[in-house]
Amino acid sequence: MTVVFYLIAAITVAGGLAAVLLKNLVHCALAVTIAFGGIALLFLSLDAQFAGFVQILVYIGAVAILIVFAILLTRGSDVPKDGVFSPTWLTGVAIASAVFAVMGWAVINSVNAIPQLAAVPHVTVHDIGVALVGSYVLPLEIVALLLTAATVGAVIVAMHEKGGAE
Amino acid sequence: MTPLGGYLLVAALMFAIGLAGALVRRNAIMVLIGIELMLNSANLNFIAFWRYGTHPEALTGMMFAIFSIAVAAAEAAVGLGLVIAIYRHTHTTELDKINRMKG
Amino acid sequence: MIDKADQIFVLLQHWLVSFLPLALQQPAAVLLGVIGIVCVFPAIFALTTVFERKGLGRIQNRLGPNRVGPFGFMQPIADAIKSLTKEDVVPSTANGPVHFLAPVGLVVAVFMGFAVLPVGRNMVLVDMDAGLLFFFAMGASTEVSVFMAGWSSRNKYSLLGAMRAVAQMISYEVVLLLSSVAVVMITGSLSLTKIVEAQNQYTGIFPHWYIFTPWGLAGFVMYAIAATAETNRSPFDLPEGESELVAGYHTEYSGFKFALFFLGEYLAMLSISGLGTTLFLGGWSAPLSFLTFMPSWFWFFSKLMMSIFVFIWMRGTLPRLRQDQLMNFAWKFVLPFTLLDLFVTALWRFMGEGLLRWIVCSAILLAAYIIMGRVAMVRKHFGPRSYRYAE
Repeated sequence: MTVVFYLIAAITVAGGLAAVLLKNLVHCALAVTIAFGGIALLFLSLDAQFAGFVQILVYIGAVAILIVFAILLTRGSDVPKDGVFSPTWLTGVAIASAVFAVMGWAVINSVNAIPQLAAVPHVTVHDIGVALVGSYVLPLEIVALLLTAATVGAVIVAMHEKGGAE
Repeated sequence: MTPLGGYLLVAALMFAIGLAGALVRRNAIMVLIGIELMLNSANLNFIAFWRYGTHPEALTGMMFAIFSIAVAAAEAAVGLGLVIAIYRHTHTTELDKINRMKG
Repeated sequence: MIDKADQIFVLLQHWLVSFLPLALQQPAAVLLGVIGIVCVFPAIFALTTVFERKGLGRIQNRLGPNRVGPFGFMQPIADAIKSLTKEDVVPSTANGPVHFLAPVGLVVAVFMGFAVLPVGRNMVLVDMDAGLLFFFAMGASTEVSVFMAGWSSRNKYSLLGAMRAVAQMISYEVVLLLSSVAVVMITGSLSLTKIVEAQNQYTGIFPHWYIFTPWGLAGFVMYAIAATAETNRSPFDLPEGESELVAGYHTEYSGFKFALFFLGEYLAMLSISGLGTTLFLGGWSAPLSFLTFMPSWFWFFSKLMMSIFVFIWMRGTLPRLRQDQLMNFAWKFVLPFTLLDLFVTALWRFMGEGLLRWIVCSAILLAAYIIMGRVAMVRKHFGPRSYRYAE
């Protein structure tokens, strides 16, 4: 538990909180970008270089941009007059805190029982590549199929309907 | 507290924040952002367990995280496509106002 | 003697660090490397601005800057003083913090990319196992800054420019990544130093650069197109098309913040040329085997300046595309061709040595190029513009 960990964790949590609490949707999207970046830094601090860079590439480079595009396409950048939180926000906060309480309690009580290796695992990108096309080749193919289907699906869903728009 | 415990607590906190975001915000895009935060915290757990687990050379947690990132990207694309399609029909992304089954 | 000249900067670093206590040596070495990058590449940027303005002047039959210093080469200093002393105007409706953070984020992300570029033998700041991935991760995070700049300015031209820029960068980033994947497939490594070392071999006097293979040539051309679009350079400079959008996403920036955007744009061009050099042009390896007596960093920077020259040449020669032409070109020609190039690379990898793979791979790529070009011409996706006038 070093200073670096506390710093990154603080950035991540602050980004997440800001994303949930800010009123302007574009600010929310930028705050969630900070949270994504913080998670990537946490990955790097866990010696998972590959996962960290993939996280930056996919989340900051693609998902964050998708979100801001969607916000601008739905005119979401103006702050609505009747508040941004739903009328039942108290229930939502209660559920979320209950979930956190249960998970935190479970973690604190059980984490010392798990065997933990302190040694840094020596895993190169080469090993990850071999594993991806070796024992994990079926999930890889399924993910490829899923991504293709998702691309086609997203295009069809978001496409202008013929006749209606013209 | 062991290092693993610290990471797990941060992940739990991020999960709770994402859940709160998905539950209390009105805008559909904000709900998606909350879901993305929850997915991210799950990935953090996978990586933390991979790092401090007993068999890091098996790469199980790492692979889980990488596949989950890929699936989350697909989910975000389709989800935001749906939000845009709904906006075209109803001219709003406020979830409270989308309360008709009829398109 | 040869090795001394080659390793002069590495030896200098070691010599400087050796004065410090042992515990401080590692951070000091990194710090020296960072200082090197932060000094050298902005210096090249300053030189590039002069070369660009003089080169464009040459192409357009005028003189270019020639007043400040000998032949106008002190012009960047004058520009820097001017931009530093200018008033920093922020529009009253602008979104303050976001407006301020955008140029800073852009420059930081662009500088990070240089960390993994091998500029010479043993001259790389961080020899990362996943260097190429790191480079692209940093390149992807510049898009957020561009969006932030455009959105926070509260100006329709800025927003339009930013949306154009982001759409264009995302489309061409796919191509950029896929054309680099071909190199990764052959080298079997994401580490940029390993990629250079794989190319630093000679048959006779000719080097094993990837551009001298059919798939490498096709990949390099696709990479160059994507790199031009990724850095918003002419002929893909729609985000800053001054005839339609004033200055694109940095319309509302002035003074030093504008200078930062300018710096970020040119540094992005330098880093992406550096990556292209590393991937396809053999990085720091000498072009002919008997030229290896020259220091490795000399070759890297000469190749870098050559690609900058090509960028300037293209800017002076080609007209700007229209937005739909740009997107059609990306998704209907460049991307399919890059995918085919990946297939050809796999074929090249598994056909074994010999003349046969040269013939087969070249034939596939050439046939695809001709057929796709013909079909696109017939369907009027590219080719001469047809104008429609309002009735």
